[in-house]
Amino acid sequence: MNNFNLNSAKRKKNERIFKYLCQLFTWMSLLILLVLIYHVSIQGLHYLNLDFLNNYPSRFPDKAGIKSALWGSTWLISLVFILSVPIGVASAIYLEEYEKKGRLARLIEINIANLAGVPSIVYGILGLTIFVRFFALDRSLIAGALTMSLLVLPVIIIAAREALRAVPQSIRHGAYALGATQWQTIYHHVLPASLPGILTGVILAMSRAIGETAPLIMIGALTYVAFIPESVMDPFSTLPIQIFNWASRPQAAFEEVAAAGIIVLLLVLLTMNATAVLIRNYAQRKYRW
Amino acid sequence: MFFRFSHSLSMKIKERVIKSILALSAFISIVTTLAIIGVLGRESFTFFLTVPVTDFLFGTHWEPLLEPKSFGILPLMAGTLLIVIGSGMIALPVGLLTAIYLSEYASNRTREIIKPILEILAGIPTVVYGYFALTFITPVIRIVLPQTQIFNGLSASIVVGIMILPMVASLCDDAIRSVPVTLRQGGYALGATPYELTKSVTVPAAFSGIIASFVLAISRAFGETMAVTLAAGATPNLTLNPLESIQTMTAYIVQVSLGDTPAGGIEYQTIFAVGGLLFIITLIMNIAANWIMNHYREVYE
Repeated sequence: MNNFNLNSAKRKKNERIFKYLCQLFTWMSLLILLVLIYHVSIQGLHYLNLDFLNNYPSRFPDKAGIKSALWGSTWLISLVFILSVPIGVASAIYLEEYEKKGRLARLIEINIANLAGVPSIVYGILGLTIFVRFFALDRSLIAGALTMSLLVLPVIIIAAREALRAVPQSIRHGAYALGATQWQTIYHHVLPASLPGILTGVILAMSRAIGETAPLIMIGALTYVAFIPESVMDPFSTLPIQIFNWASRPQAAFEEVAAAGIIVLLLVLLTMNATAVLIRNYAQRKYRW
Repeated sequence: MFFRFSHSLSMKIKERVIKSILALSAFISIVTTLAIIGVLGRESFTFFLTVPVTDFLFGTHWEPLLEPKSFGILPLMAGTLLIVIGSGMIALPVGLLTAIYLSEYASNRTREIIKPILEILAGIPTVVYGYFALTFITPVIRIVLPQTQIFNGLSASIVVGIMILPMVASLCDDAIRSVPVTLRQGGYALGATPYELTKSVTVPAAFSGIIASFVLAISRAFGETMAVTLAAGATPNLTLNPLESIQTMTAYIVQVSLGDTPAGGIEYQTIFAVGGLLFIITLIMNIAANWIMNHYREVYE
């Protein structure tokens, strides 16, 4: 009658199989990462030297370099930073501090969540139509930066809102109690306290912008640029676009040049993310509520 | 007494002005959405004046750049679905099992190793994954299955699966960890093993969060561009054979923009029709995922 066996070997066996299965799949992601890094290093390391950083793109793999792409990415990321951070943080402040409840806030919130999920290529189509053609900015840095800013805005807004939300209500109440206006409270107390969190989000958004390729291809960023951009109206190339160009060529040598480009791109990203981690750690030490 | 209890007029005006500026910034996101809809809608409308919607949605040939032109999206849709299904078959189970391991079995030390690795994987640019698929995964597949073409859906699916895996794992992890600890303790008190607990308590309780994460990940796979452009090829091919060269909707859009298609022509309009369809699909999935997640939050708070 009692077919419920408390300590059956089968239960123990199931448990062990399941655990090992989970463990196996979990460590697979580490394996994938190691294989990827190993593969890229083997392919690209011997092309990576100062000449590679100092040369312009070339038909000859030995002379090909990443200078214009590196400068293009630097220009682009600086412009995106200037354009997107103030607007993103301002939006977050409005949504989190002023318009917390209500229909409008809800609508904007849903809208931002959806914008964050729009495929990046759709932003490319938007940028192509609005900035490149309608505003006649052509294939310029500023057209690319505006497109990329729209793409990273939702990321910044969402991260900044989270950072603002993490500031305890008592800080605000304290400021109000001393007679501060709402803006004074935000500017002198809430914003400084949430700054590390906002910065972390901003850096993550910028690393997204550095790695994005599709929208820039849409707006027509060039793959062959043999000069450093000097103004925001200049045509440009970026690291991922240059990598894409090399990777899509049939010659095996360019495959290796692409790998060298990838190493540069990954090092840039690593530096940015390490900065984000340092800021996060610093903030955890400085602010304890 | 010089102490005033109300703020001066100029201060009130300043507050108003600042609030308006902030509100204006927040409206940019609304404007962006409207602009996307407007741009895609306007050009698609012109496109559908020439090509009937039914020909577009149910046509089995996609040859907009060569005469005779035909505008049936099904080959591109098949290519996209191949990638979505293939990557989903990899990322969804592996992501869920990773999340279960992280929340149920892993020590804090293991979590501290695995979590950053997932973040790094999530942060690697898609063009790098495309390169990895083309120069590593495809050659490996071709050793096992020599009939595989250089550009193929399988390699792209695997790499897109790797790309969306961190998202599934971290969202599922969040969902599982937000299951109330009382449910978990109740299960263990009844003598369940971790596997039994996962199977009959935590996963069912976190089910809507898990489903939402699946939907979000699939929507990401729909919109993925660079990896599939590099690895899957540029052949609109109505097939579900993962070893053949295919083309996804996103890869087609890239192909057109890399060429010298003049603005205004029907070829140029196709990117808006294809982009519009892509936008609608991902929008529906995102709305669904958000709805599922909010629904779920209400149950447990």
